[in-house]
Amino acid sequence: MAAPIVPSQQPTTQQADPSTDAVVFENVSIAFEEKVVLDGVSFRLPAGETKALFGVAGSGKSTILKMALGLLRPDSGRIFVLGEEATSLTEEQLFGIRRRVGIVFQESALFDSLNVRDNVAFRLMEEHISGEKIEQRVLESLRFVELEHTVDRLPSELSGGMRRRVAIARAIITQPEVILYDSPTGGLDPVTSNTIVELIVKQRDVYHTSALMVTHRLQDAFTMATHCFDKTTNKMVPLPKGQHSEVPMSFLLLRDGKVIFDGDARELVNSRDPYIREYIS
Amino acid sequence: MALELELVSPFEIAKDLVLAVQEYTLLAARSISNFFRRPLYMGDMLQQADLIGVGSLPIVVLTGVSIGALLALNSASTLQRFGGITLIGQLVSIGMVTELGPLITGLMVAGRNASGMASELGSMIVTEQIDAMRALGTDPSKKLVTPRVAATSFMLFFLTIISDLLGLVGGNLVASLLFGLDSRQYWTSAWQILIFRDVFMGLVKPVLFGFIISTVGCYYGMSTRGGTQGVGRSTTQAVVASSVLILIVDFFVTKLIFALFGVR
Repeated sequence: MAAPIVPSQQPTTQQADPSTDAVVFENVSIAFEEKVVLDGVSFRLPAGETKALFGVAGSGKSTILKMALGLLRPDSGRIFVLGEEATSLTEEQLFGIRRRVGIVFQESALFDSLNVRDNVAFRLMEEHISGEKIEQRVLESLRFVELEHTVDRLPSELSGGMRRRVAIARAIITQPEVILYDSPTGGLDPVTSNTIVELIVKQRDVYHTSALMVTHRLQDAFTMATHCFDKTTNKMVPLPKGQHSEVPMSFLLLRDGKVIFDGDARELVNSRDPYIREYIS
Repeated sequence: MALELELVSPFEIAKDLVLAVQEYTLLAARSISNFFRRPLYMGDMLQQADLIGVGSLPIVVLTGVSIGALLALNSASTLQRFGGITLIGQLVSIGMVTELGPLITGLMVAGRNASGMASELGSMIVTEQIDAMRALGTDPSKKLVTPRVAATSFMLFFLTIISDLLGLVGGNLVASLLFGLDSRQYWTSAWQILIFRDVFMGLVKPVLFGFIISTVGCYYGMSTRGGTQGVGRSTTQAVVASSVLILIVDFFVTKLIFALFGVR
């Protein structure tokens, strides 16, 4: 039997509970210079789940991430992050939420005048943690992304994939409850992309971190939906058929500023919406 | 290829201008209010003081000596006609301390540092580093703007004193080597002509100019849009705007201090 089709343009936040969900968007709209980018977008990210955001270029995927962090304010609607209404907070109050959320920017956005150590340790240094502890946690974080040997290098001395991994190390150093990934595999070769996907899966399955991931690469999201991280072998392994639904992974597709699909991998592949079928084909 | 010209209404231009003034005012006000809110980035302030103050020293030394020497050279030919060559010290002293020292130092530092701040912060904006900083829970206004404002205002004060002194030295060199004036006479007249008002004016101006240079540089940097081309545009605008503002403020501050001290 085919999986139920999620009707187009229907918000799926009926069961949204801002107090327990990691991120909740309620009827959020934003326009830039009269161009509507998001129009009444609603969705929820339950705690521990990773949601992949899809859509053509300019469909507002990165805007969603920036709004979740309060870097952009919506024109209307409400956004809840970790139980707090981000849209009602001042910039000063938002810093409290931002300390609980990590983000990996599309172009990494590493501080180019700081070396890898200082980039990864930036948040800890701002919190005036002792130098010894900082060093220990920086190395732990860099070990997670397998880049301990780059601590003294400047971002300009790293490859694109390494910069992306350093950005991941910077995002996870405080073990945030939510991580936002903006095209983490964009522009990377398949081998490096796979390494990044493995790190995201590791973060999801080992630390149970909630995540919103913007991507253009469907295969990355499907890999995440069909694999889990095996702690014993320290590798990402495929799940046996029939167990795919056990992975906390969902998909959200945007079109013309609206959510046209929000569901899991099975629902996505079984969708009969012509646009979705064309998109995933 | 047809050239398309986009006409912008005067109303839109005026609206953009008012918005820019509002945003600049907010940035400038926040840069001051940040002094009263934790955290205070003392390390960044010291680093900026070194970059701005010590880094600008060579150019300030060079222009200070040159301006003092030129002032002495140009005024000497006129003073000689009236037999007043002994007044060179007074003229250079008043000129350097009240006007040329602060103004030339301000313009030099504006050219060097307003552009540097605009391009540095502008590059950080276009590469999302400012967004990353906000995302990491750090206020860029506190971390980047306030240290630059504090360092520029503080260091320009001392750079101006150095420039004034070297201008007097340059004037002395010209007066003694070219016009045979006794150095002791030069320094005595240069010292004695100065009154509290002149010194006060000469020391208030660099603090204000430093504030203008840093806030304008940071404003253009933080409002950069449009990639590397935008960075270049911000850099140019920062130098032009800070230089023009310095000249305008200089006039009004001089007028105000004259009024305060009862000079018409």
